[in-house]
Amino acid sequence: MIQINNIHKSYITGQNSLHVLKGIDLRIEAGEMISIMGASGSGKSTLLNILGILDNYDSGEYILNGLKIKKLSERKAAQLRNKMLGFVFQSFNLVSFKNAMENVALPLYYQDIPRKKRNLIAMEYLDRMGLKEWAHHLPNELSGGQKQRTAIARALISKPKVILADEPTGALDSVTSLEMMDILQEINKTGITMVIVTHEYDIAARTQKTVRITDGLITEIINN
Amino acid sequence: MFEIDKWQEIYSTIRKNKLRTFLTGFSVAWGIFMLIVLLGSGSGLENGIHEQFKGGALNGVWISSGMTSMQYKGLKIGRMIKFTNEDFGSVKQTVQGADRISARLFLGNKLVSYKDQYGSFFLSPCHPDYGYIKEIDMIQGRFLNNLDISEFRKVAVVGEKVKASLFKNNDTIALGKYINITGVLFKVVGVFRDYSRNDYEQMRVYIPISTAQRVFKGENVINQISFTTGKATPEEADAMVKSTKLVLAKIHTFDPKDERAIDIWNKSEDVKKFNALFSGIRIFIWIIGIGTIIAGIVGVSNIMMIVVKERTKEIGIRKALGATPYSIIGLIMQEAIVITGFAGYIGLILGVGLLELVAKKMPATEFFKNPEANFSIAISATILLVVAGAIAGLFPAMKAAKVRPVEALRDE
Repeated sequence: MIQINNIHKSYITGQNSLHVLKGIDLRIEAGEMISIMGASGSGKSTLLNILGILDNYDSGEYILNGLKIKKLSERKAAQLRNKMLGFVFQSFNLVSFKNAMENVALPLYYQDIPRKKRNLIAMEYLDRMGLKEWAHHLPNELSGGQKQRTAIARALISKPKVILADEPTGALDSVTSLEMMDILQEINKTGITMVIVTHEYDIAARTQKTVRITDGLITEIINN
Repeated sequence: MFEIDKWQEIYSTIRKNKLRTFLTGFSVAWGIFMLIVLLGSGSGLENGIHEQFKGGALNGVWISSGMTSMQYKGLKIGRMIKFTNEDFGSVKQTVQGADRISARLFLGNKLVSYKDQYGSFFLSPCHPDYGYIKEIDMIQGRFLNNLDISEFRKVAVVGEKVKASLFKNNDTIALGKYINITGVLFKVVGVFRDYSRNDYEQMRVYIPISTAQRVFKGENVINQISFTTGKATPEEADAMVKSTKLVLAKIHTFDPKDERAIDIWNKSEDVKKFNALFSGIRIFIWIIGIGTIIAGIVGVSNIMMIVVKERTKEIGIRKALGATPYSIIGLIMQEAIVITGFAGYIGLILGVGLLELVAKKMPATEFFKNPEANFSIAISATILLVVAGAIAGLFPAMKAAKVRPVEALRDE
């Protein structure tokens, strides 16, 4: 599903150049659930952004579902993100003035699906997350766990091939974190590839494979 | 592009920032309001001036005799130039392009009576063509004709006001009645209305110039020659005026450069000057109005910049979920166009309303009449608004489109 070969990435800030990724090779099969671990500043988030086509890389090769991802136009990148990828963030990133249903329906808006239809689909996904009663609540009326479940519903609604989760449990308490991992595992069982960035061992332990990044290089791959 | 979602989003951002939106919209509304009021006032001024031009063909030329102010061929300064019927004939032969031509004699105010009603009215002997040159409108009967001239008929064409003051009570029919002008009886053959604003123009009595010369003067003197230049271009009209002056200068032996020997008033030149003045005023008004609107646009643009800044995260989320740069640009521009369009429309309505009110309630003065913002102004203003909104939204929208999702979504 995902194949990256010798990816390099540096950030230029003023006169300093920060070499963040120093040649990453990684292969993730379809339906796999892997975690990426590493200290802060190790480059794990940068890697996730590159995987999510949110950021460019300097050299190397990235193949997503057989498609070479290199120097795409913003438009093409947006379409690919919309069709292929689902995002789950640590801080949920829900649109504050839209209710849960509208938030979930947002990716379908960019697929030009009519309003009524996409709201109907959004309700289905919210129902699956057990949030049907909360569909018309604004994000600030939801608990952390509810927010993250809304975000997961939003990530799922466009039927992506891959879900990329950046510290999905980082803002949640331990009980809710475990619930969230249950949900993510359930989703993975439906055949969706899952990449989770985390720094919590017990979260990483729930995935099939853990990739450890240190200082811009993969230092260890553990099969859990 | 105009989907209900975007309207909802615009509505929700506007609702969250009522005061900010109001202040922004106000500056745009004010700009449009000022533009409309200025343009309306400009047109009021123009209408007033055009009113001043009424009561005389726009292509008319009036030549009056005067006094020499330059020595010429051994003749001294201060000679009175006296026009005669022969001069009229020469001028008539010289200016071929003139379609109407008339001489006039100045007799001043004369006592005119009918039965026991008296009045002092300006007696104006002339040729039949003068009715056209002066743009006199007959409301009863006819103006003078050629037979009146050749047969020295004692006929008179009186103004509306003359008729009103001489023919009173049961005697309201003036046509065919005989009025007494300083002891001589003239038959009323017509009643006219003069479109100039001045009352004294309505208080004239026109009689055949031939009759007047015989009855009141005893000689074939005239005071003024006037003609219209027909379809001549301004340059041709100018040439006509010049050749007339040369002919008269030769006959009366005065320096053609002498400005005071004869007095020439070429109305088309005045019209030209005023037209130039008004196009100048109009340009001036548009510059001021557009300047005011630009201030409004900058305001909207500024606010939209802040909006984009505030919504950076939201834009980042949208991009991550598949929003193309184009859709983001559309979102921001639409919001700017809605704010400017709506506010501007309110300004437009208020401006037009004020003009209507002024036009209705304020009495028309000599130089100001019927301020109006016509349809084409409203159309231009509307186009201006949409363009203004688009410009106001363009830079913030481009900024929004450049938002990089990675940076927008970074957790603090």
